[in-house]
Amino acid sequence: MRYLPLTDDDRRRMLDTIGVHSVEELFRDVPDAAMLAEPVALPRHQGEIEVERAFRDFAAANLSPSSAPSFLGGGVYRHHLPATVDHLIQRGEFLTAYTPYQPEVSQGTLQSLFEFQTQVALLTGMEVANASMYDGATACAEAVKMAARIKKRDRVVISGGLHPHYREVTATYNRFVGLRDAALPPDWRGGEDAAAAIDAKTACVVVQNPDFFGRVHDYSGLASACHAAGALLVVVVTEVISLGLLKSPGEIGADIVAGDGQSIGNALSFGGPTVGILATREKFIRQLPGRLAGQTVDVDGRRGFVLTLSTREQHIRRDKATSNICTNSGLCALAFSIHLTLLGEAGFTRLAELNHAKAVELADRLETIEGVEVLNDSFFNEFTVRLPRSAADAVEAMAKQGVLGGVPVSRLYPGESELEPLLLVAATETNTDQDIDALAMALRGALQ
Amino acid sequence: MSDPRATTTGNRGLQIEEPLIFEQGSPDKTAVDLPEPPSTKDRLGGVRRSGPIGLPGLSEPEVVRHYLRLSQKNFSIDHGFYPLGSCTMKHNPRLNEKLARLPGIGDLHPLQPTATVQGALALIDACAHWLKALTGMPAVAMSPAAGAHGESVGLMTIRAALEDRGDARKRVLVPDSAHGTNPATAHACGYAVEGIPADDRGRVDLAAFREKLDADVAAIMLTNPNTCGLFENDILDIAAAVHDAGAFFYCDGANLNAIVGRVRPGDLGVDCMHINLHKTFSTPHGGGGPGSGPVVLSEALAPYAPVPYVVQGPDGFELIEDPARSDAKPFGRIKGFHGQFGMFVRALGYMMSMGSDGLRQVSGDAVLNANYLLACLRDTVTLAFEGPCMHEVLFDEGFLKETGVTTLDFAKALIDEGFHPMTVYFPLVVHGAMLVEPTETETKATLDTFVETMKALTARARAGDVEYFQEAPRLTPRRRLDETMAARNPILRWRPPAVDKAAE
Ligand SMILES: Cc1ncc(COP(=O)(O)O)c(C=O)c1O
Repeated sequence: MRYLPLTDDDRRRMLDTIGVHSVEELFRDVPDAAMLAEPVALPRHQGEIEVERAFRDFAAANLSPSSAPSFLGGGVYRHHLPATVDHLIQRGEFLTAYTPYQPEVSQGTLQSLFEFQTQVALLTGMEVANASMYDGATACAEAVKMAARIKKRDRVVISGGLHPHYREVTATYNRFVGLRDAALPPDWRGGEDAAAAIDAKTACVVVQNPDFFGRVHDYSGLASACHAAGALLVVVVTEVISLGLLKSPGEIGADIVAGDGQSIGNALSFGGPTVGILATREKFIRQLPGRLAGQTVDVDGRRGFVLTLSTREQHIRRDKATSNICTNSGLCALAFSIHLTLLGEAGFTRLAELNHAKAVELADRLETIEGVEVLNDSFFNEFTVRLPRSAADAVEAMAKQGVLGGVPVSRLYPGESELEPLLLVAATETNTDQDIDALAMALRGALQ
Repeated sequence: MSDPRATTTGNRGLQIEEPLIFEQGSPDKTAVDLPEPPSTKDRLGGVRRSGPIGLPGLSEPEVVRHYLRLSQKNFSIDHGFYPLGSCTMKHNPRLNEKLARLPGIGDLHPLQPTATVQGALALIDACAHWLKALTGMPAVAMSPAAGAHGESVGLMTIRAALEDRGDARKRVLVPDSAHGTNPATAHACGYAVEGIPADDRGRVDLAAFREKLDADVAAIMLTNPNTCGLFENDILDIAAAVHDAGAFFYCDGANLNAIVGRVRPGDLGVDCMHINLHKTFSTPHGGGGPGSGPVVLSEALAPYAPVPYVVQGPDGFELIEDPARSDAKPFGRIKGFHGQFGMFVRALGYMMSMGSDGLRQVSGDAVLNANYLLACLRDTVTLAFEGPCMHEVLFDEGFLKETGVTTLDFAKALIDEGFHPMTVYFPLVVHGAMLVEPTETETKATLDTFVETMKALTARARAGDVEYFQEAPRLTPRRRLDETMAARNPILRWRPPAVDKAAE
């Protein structure tokens, strides 16, 4: 078996050294009744050829967005990944290292995390960022718990523009720690007044920008309302490329930014793993969950990096920790950091412009189709259209034509009849004019 | 007087100093050539950014060098022996990286119509099947993103089941030897944590446990094999007592590598257990993640598992995402989309490669390797508890008594010898813990070299060469770092030097 280096002769000599006759003797603390006499009833070992063949069969039963015109968004976006990203993250020194607990032999990971934290802080307009969370939804839930600790209040206002998965994850986490959610109805028409929902018990208001339906907001008025009421503003970002073109959450007055960094550096991978980002103001760092890389010096006075402020974390504080998170999204954060470094200011801004321009072209085009109405007055690279029929049915019909024509809002907000005709469509730099033609044609067909 | 090894650049041969990306490049450079955006109207609603972000610009060769040089400052499994106890640093097969990147696998969108992702759902189902069969448990929640996240799902499931029967309870019992995530999880799920001491055999102190177990206890969180590397041999009695008290048995499955293919947690009375796919099933640790922490569940807990989950319907696989469509009682959702799919691919690739026969050999070799180290080192290094051990062996700092050398110093000296240190100062139930987990993917020759090194270093410590240890490591890109300074005056990001001056 190719991953097991011991030979039978090694095993025999090692058993002799130990002074037992068989490996089974080493399992003598296991109750006899629980020892399996035979291997579990599963297939036996296989070579690379057979395993790879099995996975090609799995792949063949899927319609890949790389080979079909695809306009799917809703929190995960298909972007071009420079070849360099995937090459570098597969270097064994990054891929097969553990959490950098021994800083003398982990400066590579630690410096890259320090750079990641700086990049996230710059993009979000915040002062500090942590070294990543599992994903955007869990980052959002942790941001809310963090706000509740800071404000010592137990009520949370959740905007109807927040991604439904983020709402559900936050609601689930909240229920177990006794926080109360005031969740506003799905804001597909725009115009929600979240400030009106703030009361004296409100720890924070959670909004998303661009929101789940694609609208772009200037939340500075809401930020002032929050601060006047002694609450924090949490801004969620699910499409980080938008930060190349939009005012940063920090500039708008956010206190905590939670989001998903998948769009930078990370493959779609059916939605996971991605990289959760969490950033805030310096004065709140003691309440920030997750790992933090910090700068210091070594005994020779040379600059170096370590994991720091670990008295917030589970391995030191146990039940008093800010979170139970341990393993995070290290390699996805590295991929994010490498991709953003490749882009640089000029590349990143252009990428954002390109996404917006593609989406504007797409919206213009869809508006020419009879019965299709673009609902957004503003958007970045994703917007909502209303169809004259069920969006889920239209999507199924388009898929049969080999076009992945968007996400029906009802997939994420099931059971709300007025949302059934709503379709979320996203365009990125990967979409060609031919893709847009194909979508327009498939949609026309689906509406016949 | 001058150090003959000092260089003008500060570089040392293959070790090249590397500044931060923010200290390089210029804003107009980029390593990604993109087309000119078509000119369209602006539909941003007037929320356009006005100033620059402040990102540096580098060309592709500069970026490649930057990260290559950084990578060379890391120790990794690919380099050498990484016996980090509790972390299962085994070889990470590259086949699985290839599988995760296949077209039709790595590039699927989570919100495609389910008819277009039948292969992906079949893959999740297959991975779930292997995990259930290997653990002897009837159900599994696939969505948790890591071990600690799986712990949350386990305790949330337990709480949902208890509340459903109108039996709210307040406390969770956690042995003192437990990993920090266990008490942190119990707290995050709304429970008070109560510790149970270890006995002098490194197991749960049964008398103390029975005393604390009452009708207010929701669950025990027990790691088995435990963090001292020992099998809890009273486990069946513990499980029975927990069930008699109307509580649930949460097993921390971080150490599944010791028993995979030989012992099924389902036969030990376990109600739920997380599995770190990034440990037992070889998905790469990636410098701290991503991981994946599916939770296997008993019949009693299965109905409360979170959404989403995959079921087999009349027209193929379905994904149950909406609690209202579920015929069970899901407690909620804990992650965006459908879990760490990319990790399921890798773990399934590993399980299929090893097969049931190979996985049984994995636990056998992992336990053999650990006991071999125990046997070779027991006369040199102080064994914390009598063996046999399982897949890892725990030593304490007794052997360093009166040498002036600490566990930390000793660990740093191992670094100069080309080894990654073992886990140190965990578990907390012994002084100066050294938890050594060799895994099954090491050769006997590697173990022998490690043993010789441990012996030589011990002799050196006993000979009074304290300074050697206190000065270690000497041969690394950086030597000991000032952690106190880092915490006292946190610098958590780069700032442009000019701005710093202006602020002062
Ligand atoms: C015993 C034990 N429990 C739980 C965990 C937490 O797992 P994760 O890091 O995947 O969240 C770990 C690993 O670090 C562990 O060793």
